[in-house]
Parts: sequence; C-alpha cells; structure tokens
Amino acid sequence: MTDVLDPGTEMDLDPVPETTRSDWSTDQEVRWCPGCGDYSILTAMQLLMPELGSRREKTVFISGIGCAARFPYYMNTYGVHTIHGRAPAVATGLAMARPDLDVWVIGGDGDMLSIGGNHLIHALRRNINLNILLFNNQIYGLTKGQFSPTSQKGKVTKSSPVGLVSRPFNPISVALGAEATFVARTHDMDRRHMQEMFRRAYEHEGSSFVEVLQNCNVFNDGVFATITKKDVREDMLIDLQHGKPILFGSEKQFGVARRPEGVVIVEVAEAGIEYILVHDETIRNPSTAFSLSRLAKTPATPTPVGVFRAIDSGEFSTSVAAQIREVQAQLGRGDLASLLRSQPTWEV
Amino acid sequence: MTDMVEATEAAEVIIRFAGDSGDGMQLTGDRFTNASALFGNDLSTLPEYPAEIRAPAGTLAGVSAFQVHISDHDITTPGDAPDVLVAMNPAALRSDLHTLVPGGTLIVNKDTFDDRNLAKAGYDHNPLDGDELAGYSVIEVAMTSITKDACKDLGVKPRDADRSKNFFALGLLSWMYSRPVEPTLDWIDSKFAGKDLVIGANKAAFNAGHAYGETTELGAQRVIVNAAPLSPGTYTNVNGNTALSWGLVAASQLSGLPLYLGSYPITPATDILHELSKHKAFGVTTFQAEDEIAAVGAAIGASYGGSLAVTTTSGPGIALKGEAMGLAVSLELPLVVVDIQRGGPSTGLPTKTEAADLMMAMYGRHGESPMPIVAARTPSDCFDTAIEAARIALMYNTPVLLLSDGYLANGSEPWRLPDVADLPSIDVEHATEFNQTNEDGDGVFWPYLRDENLVRPIALPGTPDLMHRIGGLEKEDGSGNVSYDPDNHELMVHLRDRRIASIPVPDVEVEGDEDADLLVVGWGSTWGAITGAVRRVRTSGLKVASIHLTHLYPLPANLGDVLRSYERVLVPELNLGQLVRILRAEYLVDAEPLSKMRGQPFTAGEIQHAIGDRLVALEGGRS
Repeated sequence: MTDVLDPGTEMDLDPVPETTRSDWSTDQEVRWCPGCGDYSILTAMQLLMPELGSRREKTVFISGIGCAARFPYYMNTYGVHTIHGRAPAVATGLAMARPDLDVWVIGGDGDMLSIGGNHLIHALRRNINLNILLFNNQIYGLTKGQFSPTSQKGKVTKSSPVGLVSRPFNPISVALGAEATFVARTHDMDRRHMQEMFRRAYEHEGSSFVEVLQNCNVFNDGVFATITKKDVREDMLIDLQHGKPILFGSEKQFGVARRPEGVVIVEVAEAGIEYILVHDETIRNPSTAFSLSRLAKTPATPTPVGVFRAIDSGEFSTSVAAQIREVQAQLGRGDLASLLRSQPTWEV
Repeated sequence: MTDMVEATEAAEVIIRFAGDSGDGMQLTGDRFTNASALFGNDLSTLPEYPAEIRAPAGTLAGVSAFQVHISDHDITTPGDAPDVLVAMNPAALRSDLHTLVPGGTLIVNKDTFDDRNLAKAGYDHNPLDGDELAGYSVIEVAMTSITKDACKDLGVKPRDADRSKNFFALGLLSWMYSRPVEPTLDWIDSKFAGKDLVIGANKAAFNAGHAYGETTELGAQRVIVNAAPLSPGTYTNVNGNTALSWGLVAASQLSGLPLYLGSYPITPATDILHELSKHKAFGVTTFQAEDEIAAVGAAIGASYGGSLAVTTTSGPGIALKGEAMGLAVSLELPLVVVDIQRGGPSTGLPTKTEAADLMMAMYGRHGESPMPIVAARTPSDCFDTAIEAARIALMYNTPVLLLSDGYLANGSEPWRLPDVADLPSIDVEHATEFNQTNEDGDGVFWPYLRDENLVRPIALPGTPDLMHRIGGLEKEDGSGNVSYDPDNHELMVHLRDRRIASIPVPDVEVEGDEDADLLVVGWGSTWGAITGAVRRVRTSGLKVASIHLTHLYPLPANLGDVLRSYERVLVPELNLGQLVRILRAEYLVDAEPLSKMRGQPFTAGEIQHAIGDRLVALEGGRS
C-alpha cells in the first residue's frame, strides 16, 4: 500500500529553460490547406510560448475534431486530439486532476458551439483554469463546406443551397452569457494582437475564452476580409482598450456610446467625446460587455476586438482541491480498514 | 422487554413490507435488516420502489416495497415468496398480495381501509370484509390510531404522528421475530438528533408496536430465527453500490493513484456518486458533470493526468458514452466504466433491475474496440469486482466495463470484511525515460512502443522531455504518429484485439456435480438464484452443475471445455438471451436461454423448476 500521489504539487526548482520557436514545434508535417488562417495562429502561438515562461512538459493542448483540432500535433508539448466537441470536458478532467498544468483547449465553431456547446458553456460557468481558443471561420471545413452555428443567415453552402434559414451564434455573446470571466476576440491577420490576447488568456486565473476570427480560404474565403484586411481595419475593427474611450476610424472619428437600447456607434463630433463609453473590462456585471458583443453584425459592420471582460473570480479546480485538503486537515488521511467498518459491524 | 410468549424456531423467514411511497417502507425494511444483521442472521434484501418520487398517494403506482429474507443458514436470495406481508394500505395489499405464500401471514393497517383509499387502489369493496383473504392468516391492526394515541401526550400533532406508523409496524415485526430493540432505538436517536419530537414519536410508535405484539393474542405467532453459522470475522451489512464505491477507494489506495469520478446522476447508479463524494479524506475527487459524455470525457482527462479514473452510469448513459469509450480504447488509457443496469430500452424501468446491457458492453461501440468486461455477482462482491476492474484497467492500460444492476446496487447482505493487507497489489509504473532513438541518435519517447503484454507505456504530462501527442486518429505502431497506412491500420486493429484478448483471467470453477448432465451458466446478479436453485435440486438427490462468470471478456480459457462436457447447458439471464448468443458463437455449444423480463431478479424457485424440467427431459430422452 502506497500513499496516494498528489501529482503536481511538487515545486519546480529548476529555472524555466530558455527556449525558441523550434523547441515548441514538432517534426510533424502541418496538414492544413495552403493559405489557411490556422497557420498564422500556430505561428503566433509557437513564437509566444518562449516568452510566456511556461515549461513544455507542463503545457498540454487538448482539441476536439475539425481542422483547428489538428493544432496539438504541431506543438511540442503534451497533447490529446480527442473527439468532436468534447475537448472542454476532457480538459476539465485533466485540469482538475492536475492543477499544476497549463491546459489549452483548441476548437472550431462547429466543434465548440454546435456538438460541444454544452461543454463549452459549463466549462466557462465553472471557471476552470483552461485557455480556450475558438477558431471561428463560420463554416465546417473538415467535412467540406456545410454551414456552421456561426454562419450568417442566408449563407449558401452545400447543406443550405438556397440560403441558411437560422440565425448565427455570436461566440462572444455566448461566452458572456455563461458569465465567462475572461472573454476576448482577435483575428488571424494580426499576430501581435493574437499574441497579446493569448498572453492575457494564459495569465488569467480561470476559464479564458478567445474567439479567433479565422479565414477558411477553401470553403469560406474572405469571410472576414471586410473587417480584417489591413486597409479596412482602422474603420472596421474597434480596438477595446481597458480604461480608454472606445474610439475607431482613421481619425478616431467614431466612438461607442451608451444609449437606452444598448451601446451604439456614433460620430464623436456629433455626440461629444464626454459621451463616449470608457472601456472597463473589470466590471463584474457582464451587461456592458454583452452590449459591446451585440454591437456588430460581424463581418458586415465595425466589430470590437480585444478583451471584453476580465474579472477575478474563484477558480474551480483550486476550490475542489481545497475542499479535499480541508477535509484531510480535519479528519486526516482516510484509512481503508476504518472505512470498511464505518457502518454497524458485528463479530462472528 | 420481557419474553412473555415462547417463540417457535424457524430456519428462515421472508418478510415483505409494502406501503405507499410516503410510508417509509424502505427505511422500515432497512432497519429490520440491520437489526437482523446485528443479531447474526444471514440475510438478503430486495428493495422495490417506484420511479416517481411521490406518486399519487394511495395508488397502485405509489406502492413501495422492501423484501428481506433472514435465516439461520447460508442463503443467496431475498426469497421466492414472502411468508409475511405487511400492507400499510389497500394499494399495497392489492399490488403485493399475489407474492405472499398460500397460508402466509398478512398484517394490514386497517385504519387505511376506508372508502377513499379503497377506491384509489381500485377496490369496489373492502377485501377485509368477506372471505377473500381466508387463505391467509390475517392480522388487522389499527396502526394509525394506536400510533396517534401513543403520541398524543408528547405534543406531537396528529398529522405528524401519522408519519410514525411505519415504526409501529417495525416494532410489531421486531416483536414477532424476536429482533433486538436497542439497535433501532439507538438509530432513531442518532438519525433524528436535534428533533426531539420526531424521536419521541418514532420511539413511542415503535414501542407501541412491540407492546401490541406482546399484549395481544398474537402470542402464538412469535418466531425466532437463530443466528447463522457464518465463518468467523467482522461483518457489516452492505449494499452493492456502497461496496462498489469502497472497492474503488481501495483500488486507489492499492495503486497509489488518486481516485477521480466523473459522473452524471442516473438511477440506479447515483448512490456511487453520493458515496464517493463523502470520501475526500481519501483524496477522492468527484465531478458531477453537465452530461454523461462530459462525465466520461473528464474521466479520460483525469486518467491522462495520472488519476485512477472512473465514470458511473446506467444503460442509457453507456449509450451516450460510447464514442468516448472508443477514444479510451484508441488512447489506451486506463478507465473504469461502471454500468448499473436497469430495465430498458430508453427510460424503461429506471428503478427496476435487468441485465440486458451485455451485448452493448461487448459490442456496443464503433469500430473494432474491445474492452474487458467484469460483472459482480452479489452486493458484497461489488467490492472485489471494482478492485478487479481497476486492476485490469491500470495493469493493461485499457478502459474496462464493470457491470452491476439495480438488484445488486440496492440489495444488501452480510459481508465478512476482508483484511486490507490481503487485497491484491496494483503496481503502476509510468514512463520517465526515452524508449527509442531517432535517426539522429537522439532519445525519443514512443507512446505506442508496446511491452511483452502488448501494453503501451504512459508518460504523464509534467514528465520532462517525454512530450508527445496522442489522439483518436489511427496511430503508427510504435511512434504513435498519425498514420493512414492500410498495413499499419490492420496491424493496429489486430494488436488492440490481441492485447485485450490475451489478458489472463482465472478459470471458471464448476460448482455442484461435475458428472451431471446439465450445466447452469450464469453471470452477474443471477448468482444468488442459480446457487439457491442448484442447492435445492441437489438436496433433492438430483445431479446438476453450475458455473458463474465474473470475467465476460476475455472469457476464461477453460470455458469451452467445461461447456462441451455437459449434455445440456442452461443460461438464466435477465435479458432475452445475450450471454447465450456469445457462448453459441464462441464455442458452438447448444446453450439454451432462460429469460425473465419483469424488472425483478430470478427467484431460486423459478430456476429450480427450469432445471427440473430439463432434467426430466434428459431422463425422458434416455428411457
């Protein structure tokens, strides 16, 4: 009989070794279509990792099924390519069993908002320490071009040949509806911005949710070009900066103001700078962040990117582990022979 | 208490408490059982309750019953038919009278036999009037009014006093069967601590019931069932779900791995989630997930992190977990999947027992995805079977199915506690070093480089240098890299098949007459009824043999030879013949099913008759 392990509670005494991108890359041939937005996300991640100060052996990428879900094969860390939709569930068990690990969850819009929607919202609700990256390309790529839960109404695809009838999910609204404690949006055309969002997600204690607008150049090419191409970004991306008025446009001539019906886009000159909403990602009530998430009809109208919400709240796996430690502190470690005698016994 | 009346001795007695769901019959039966256990009887119980938490009071649908069999000798079932039926209302009488043996004792709470309750039970007359119960020894007791009288000086409201009438019944039965009263009185004190009025009312009702037996003309009915000659040791009365939970805790201690349970509430498995949630002192983590799939998914994640991972459910949950079980097969990670079977398909009979998930356990996954299967045979055997399931999972890095059922889950029996030092050791080793060299001469870790038992190494996340990726895509033998190569796929399918098929399991042992013409083959909870039946047949001077399978996959190596050495093979199952099909397919034997699909376990009598019929036919065939 051995003492039950307490994995992951031992201290890492050695300093974190210096690494470069190649240390975080595997020898596996990357099998996304040439020109896929996933390449730039992978590059951003591999370049960011050496800067985060994390250890490769303590980092785990968990994915579901879909193009995005191939991601773990290309990161020289621990990784599990699971089944469709279930990555947040598998990652939850891992993070509970091993609070010492940095667990990243990678999935697409079909994976995380359709078949795995339930797991996503409950992971966010619990606030378990996972960094969840949702690559949103508004299409099913791996099954070759069906509409996804984020496809726009009217979208013509192989499974909606005369136009999609249903309205889409807004991933940021879904996450905020589940009261996720960290919610951000970025896009595959801006490595620096992606890295900043990934870093913030990594540093956040609890569930972090980052929507990455990602181009599928084969089945939905250019779907976000109207907002993410370099020459339109100033007018079409609203860069949320904590503590600053929400302004955009080449001359910062547009801003976001609060109106009775929610937040709206105004011309600063008409509304007055004093009426422009100052972004505060730390407001506990998610209503304002939710309003911001409803601001845009992405990708048709100016779309907020950046951190919508970042609040401190109790992290799930630490709280679960703390309950176990408290009971053990009170009662001592369990004794099996006593457990078997915990109901009335008699001698023969 | 004084013993005014001489008790007559009986070798065994079967008592059935039946009443409305709100009458506390499960608790009454449970207390009677515990008092009998402490008295030293052998016993076996069968709780039966409706799926509704509160079915309309007084209706047939709301009847809840608890059958207990106590004896002065070794018994294996809750009994074929009760000798005593306690009916707390007309509905209980109407639904359960048919179970009572002819001439048996019927105790009714006559206060409840009013027009309203009779109508709710579907009676157009009062069965207590007239002679329709003439074939039984009927004892009519005004349980409600006597209980209210007994409580009236305590300051208990009459409506609350009414709720104590089950303790009156318990007191009366405790007197009739010479049960010790102290354990019940002590239990009332601790169970209702802080609620003095409830304690007072329940004790008053219990004592009134006891006194009623002592002071009325019931004297002639008093019976004593002496203690059974059980082998020496410390005993406790345990139900299957508790024993299974403790077995998992034991496996965690034996392996040194923390126990992680991912579960979603489902009858009749939920009590395992409840029980394990209490054992944080053992480092047990329980996770009530958002659904069945998340429960198994989280367990797979915890297993990957190095925990002894378990998911518990019933048949519908197994269906939902199927895809994730396939993932665990592909990842070759240890996982214990517990199926507490119930009546199906769909929601079926959630609170009733059945054992019709064997085919699903064996074949119910996509692709070629073999999993070891073990099945518990008695409530206390759930302890050993849980350890065995965990041992196989951890030693062979595979998901394992552990089958129990509603009858074992809720039924209880005396259990001689094992010495913790005698439990099997489970030595788990995780990889910490490279196991292969790449073309540049550098050390690498290959997650699918198998050992002599075809078991792959597991390197836990956090292990320096051994970073690797696994997943549900087909993997190259050895390296574990994604591979679509047809030769490799065929090789991997065969490797996965062989590695499970070659897990060693103990040979089956033949009980009874090895030279008999008839062999009875069982698995799971039919053990009690089969064993009881075989004993009766052999006591009558006829020859019969039986075997009982704990390991359903892989099957014991000697099974084919054993099956082929009998002229006839009879397989009683709580399904339409699932093991039978497997035996016929695997061994080409003419095995014959014996089915029961009534939400209840077999009685020994049913199997005894089936054996008798076959023996007569065999005899007839020879003459």
